[in-house]
Amino acid sequence: MSKQYELNKELAQMLKGGVIMDVTTPEQAEIAQNAGACAVMALERIPADIRAAGGVSRMSDPKMIRGIQEAVSIPVMAKCRIGHFVEAQILEAIEIDYIDESEVLSPADDVYHIDKTQFKVPFVCGAKDLGEALRRINEGASMIRTKGEPGTGDVVQAVRHMRMMNSAIARITSMREDELFNEAKEMCVPYELVKYVHDNGRLPVVNFAAGGVATPADAALMMQLGAEGVFVGSGIFKSGNPAKRADAIVKAVTNYQDASLIAELSADLGEAMVGINEDEIELLMAERGK
Amino acid sequence: MTVAVLAVQGAFAEHGAMLEELGAQVFELRKAEDLERHFDGLVLPGGESTVQGKLLRELGMFGLLQKKIEEGMPVLATCAGLILLAKELSNDTGRYFCTLPVTVKRNAYGRQLGSFFYEGEIKGIGQYPMEFIRAPYIESVDKEVYVLAEVEGKIVAVQYKNQLAMSFHPELTKDSRIHKKFLDMI
Repeated sequence: MSKQYELNKELAQMLKGGVIMDVTTPEQAEIAQNAGACAVMALERIPADIRAAGGVSRMSDPKMIRGIQEAVSIPVMAKCRIGHFVEAQILEAIEIDYIDESEVLSPADDVYHIDKTQFKVPFVCGAKDLGEALRRINEGASMIRTKGEPGTGDVVQAVRHMRMMNSAIARITSMREDELFNEAKEMCVPYELVKYVHDNGRLPVVNFAAGGVATPADAALMMQLGAEGVFVGSGIFKSGNPAKRADAIVKAVTNYQDASLIAELSADLGEAMVGINEDEIELLMAERGK
Repeated sequence: MTVAVLAVQGAFAEHGAMLEELGAQVFELRKAEDLERHFDGLVLPGGESTVQGKLLRELGMFGLLQKKIEEGMPVLATCAGLILLAKELSNDTGRYFCTLPVTVKRNAYGRQLGSFFYEGEIKGIGQYPMEFIRAPYIESVDKEVYVLAEVEGKIVAVQYKNQLAMSFHPELTKDSRIHKKFLDMI
């Protein structure tokens, strides 16, 4: 394992217990940083707007990303399309801190993900279950997040993906060692990764929750289900009072087991993003890239 | 002995695990009520200093922790923790505990592509594996501050009275000699 990969996994460890927020302008990035974001995701349109606009969604303009890099001192992430290794090369060239090879954008390749081992810059990838997570890690991802269903404000899929991941990890942990070979075959991943999960009861990289988190309670729910931190996409800047909501979500993630504090934090936040229920949407982004 | 680890954001669990392995009792500080418990030492972990500094103040822990550090409680600070202790930051307007008379530069090695590993000498400890992750370094120190380690001419670890601070991450290695040194200060 390369030293750079170790350093990349370790940057994700530094983000733990924090909230990573989607931002589209330097002003939003500053609001996010002041509210206590541990990193920002720079993108031209937040997922709810991508969903509303339709059409092909691509990597953001490097100039816009640079503007956000200059506005804040916390790490800046950006998204490239699944399989689009040239977009990833561009993001590496502008020294992004983390690349999200993301199902939120239109996939550029319907078979292959990016060979992330060829990059020095770290990657985070979405996963619905343990098999997807381990396949992405095998390709070089140094951080995982649940896919959830981006841009909906509906947390049901993030919950489902986190529970699927956890139950698969629990099942593998309790397996006999001679059963792990078949498990590796079933998931199409190397035996060593399955063995790691078996021995340690967790993924070999940091695992965040993402997709549909809109309230402090949603964020705390994902933390109580075992997420090590939370991505909030549309939930903040599609709400009535972004700064206040962002601040409340950050505090709810730190004190995710303190119901009376979360009650206080949830009061008077103004309007939450309207949201769409999962059975009202036509495009399931979580089904992109498996 | 009991050590409290600041756990508002960042890599606090790694410190806790290492200290427990060395036989210390460990608990986490997440809000003001947690400070009512007795503790003999404090750990300020890596993470994002802007987040930690804000939450320290807004969750009601800042004043009492600052007082404890000033009164001599042993502190181990890594990366963001070093920034929280520093009296001066050369490239940031934020100021936090200001109990360590040094000037620190944030993100001094650039973005993640500038993160690196270095094996070097720490005074009194010997060769040590150092992980620098979007790390700061120390630009200058007051004369009573004891410099423990330098990497290519930049100061990366210091001790000043009860405060042991560094820009790298001993909690991410398997080498617990720095945590041992911290427990020996208690």
